[in-house]
Amino acid sequence: MALELQSVSKNVDGETHISDVSVRCNPGEFNVLLGPTLAGKTSLLRLMAGLDEPSAGRIMMAGQDVTGLPVRKRDVAFVYQQFINYPGFSVFDNIASPLKIAKISKDEIAARVEKVADLLGLTPFLQRKPLELSGGQQQRVALGRALAREAELVLLDEPLANLDYKLREELRAELPKLFQNTGSMVVYATSEPEEALLLGGQVIVLHEGQVQQAGATLEVYNSPASLQAAMTFADPPLNVLPAIKSDAAEVKSLDGDLTLKVNGNASAVAEGAKCTVGFRPHQLGLARTSECEVELKGRVTLTEITGSESFIHVEAVGERWTALAHGIHAPEVGAEVSLFLDPETAFVFAGGAGNG
Amino acid sequence: MAEIHLKDIAHAYVPGEYALKSMDHIWQDGSAYALLGPSGCGKTTLLNIISGLLKPSEGQVLFDGKDVTGADTAHRNIAQVFQFPVIYDTMTVRENLAFPLKNRGMAPADINGRVEEVAGLLEISDRLDSRATGLTADAKQIISLGRGLVRTDVNAILFDEPLTVIDPHLKWQIRSKLKDLHRQFSHTMVYVTHDQTEALTFADKVVVMNAGEVLQVGTPEDLFERPAHTFVGYFIGSPGMNFLDVELDGSRAVLGDQSIDLKQAPAKKSGVQLGIRPEFLDFADQGISCQVTSLEDLGRHRIASVSISGQSAKVIVPSGKPVPSENAMLSFDPDHTLLYTDGYLEESLR
Repeated sequence: MALELQSVSKNVDGETHISDVSVRCNPGEFNVLLGPTLAGKTSLLRLMAGLDEPSAGRIMMAGQDVTGLPVRKRDVAFVYQQFINYPGFSVFDNIASPLKIAKISKDEIAARVEKVADLLGLTPFLQRKPLELSGGQQQRVALGRALAREAELVLLDEPLANLDYKLREELRAELPKLFQNTGSMVVYATSEPEEALLLGGQVIVLHEGQVQQAGATLEVYNSPASLQAAMTFADPPLNVLPAIKSDAAEVKSLDGDLTLKVNGNASAVAEGAKCTVGFRPHQLGLARTSECEVELKGRVTLTEITGSESFIHVEAVGERWTALAHGIHAPEVGAEVSLFLDPETAFVFAGGAGNG
Repeated sequence: MAEIHLKDIAHAYVPGEYALKSMDHIWQDGSAYALLGPSGCGKTTLLNIISGLLKPSEGQVLFDGKDVTGADTAHRNIAQVFQFPVIYDTMTVRENLAFPLKNRGMAPADINGRVEEVAGLLEISDRLDSRATGLTADAKQIISLGRGLVRTDVNAILFDEPLTVIDPHLKWQIRSKLKDLHRQFSHTMVYVTHDQTEALTFADKVVVMNAGEVLQVGTPEDLFERPAHTFVGYFIGSPGMNFLDVELDGSRAVLGDQSIDLKQAPAKKSGVQLGIRPEFLDFADQGISCQVTSLEDLGRHRIASVSISGQSAKVIVPSGKPVPSENAMLSFDPDHTLLYTDGYLEESLR
């Protein structure tokens, strides 16, 4: 019952929206489609749904070629960023609407709606109209309609983007659990790397219409296959340093001032070749935590506090980097600070930094 | 720039139903304030009262001691930046930035200098002479920010969720620029958001609101270390603060058949909640027994969900630190173990 996209491309008015995408989603899997605005997330979801037809490539569902099969002949539920409900229907009728169209018996409909309402905490509101509910509750109704259908494929296009921060936190924790027992394949599009990590499951990293990397979410985060994949799956941004591989186990910054013993991490780079070192803010600290770390000097340009953590923006080795410190730290802007990096944890990618 | 005094302000859209409950606050000249809270908490109502879009049903708004309650937006001399870009598509970026200055009758030579300065700070000098029409939503919003910041003679600059349309990657850059600009120009700034990171990063003082009430005005440290109300504890931090219902026995907080020693004995004995942030709970060799019910790995750290005598809590576990699969014990950092009565922080701890 898997969904498979085989070398799928989509061109619109001579512009490439999706370029040679091959991905596979398995039943019962929670897939996160991660990429910045304009990466092609919505275009890809529409192709998966059958709302658009690909310009090239095939779409297979459970081994059957469904390319060109319109959405109404497929078993797909779609939830949009902007919650869409029938304003004239009660919450009950909103959730029940796809079941009525599918001509399911009244008793079965009532049972399914009640079950879904219970899961989503909507039981007290079943007789209300959607506009009498808060934004979070309205989006739950839209999600409820997708859940009640028990569709083979559930596509969620940034479903929490219009909700309050805290509400998003709560629904995000609930969502994977809600779909866990339905057996549906879920594809959840988001532009937020942090959200991808919280949702877990599988991730497809998309950039400019191309898949950069796909796999288990945490594995992709911990072992990005390319500089672009690492940069896309990073918030705050990845720290990068253009370098040259100077030795089998060493890289040097372009000015030669900084040498990093990266050992096996640079095995994919030829000696003497240009490369790019990348590391995440939590890999750059303000205090030494192990002997393997090198100490660098940086100048503070800004400090950002997220509540429990502080991100310290610095200029070091001619680059703009971000360091992460636990708790609240607010060094003066312009102050010189010591930064600690364990070079063996850094990623080393062949080639120069694209736009770093 | 001006000091803003919200003198016994309250507002009801429908008589008797207060969207904004009575408050009295003085906001310092040259400081950056963030109004933070969920949808419907009253933060936009408060912003509209400051900007003059709304006249409060009670109280006065004073700018540097001068009553402006009856004055409309134009006469309050403030700049505003909205959620979505407000710029003229047919003008160049330079003309867009110059517009608010031209309107005020500034000399052309001075206008140019000021426009160049602001463009430099926002790193858009290279596109000053391009038309605004072809720009992306991100770029347009940066110009909107520039228009808000370009005048030096304003009493205050108000921002209403200005980063909504901006991509996460760019948000970091824009937040740093705003902070930079505030440092250089010392405008009085008021910034409305529901995003705690934006609020804590941007502001000198964060005003946390819920249900029409200001629950705390404090620095990011205050809100993190000493939330004045359980709502503040919950709203600030990801995940928010843990709250456990406890009984009190002298200076011990009793949780089922276990107890935690407190630094002081509070006056009230019942209806008390113990509050502790997930950052200040730690798996240890001894302490309070708990069951680990799930573990989420977020890459830079993990979040363990635990059950303590039937009540649930979250624990932040640094990467690399083991999580016990059985006989788990939690230590409570005594300096960060707080008590709340009817939602409010115990007086002795404030």
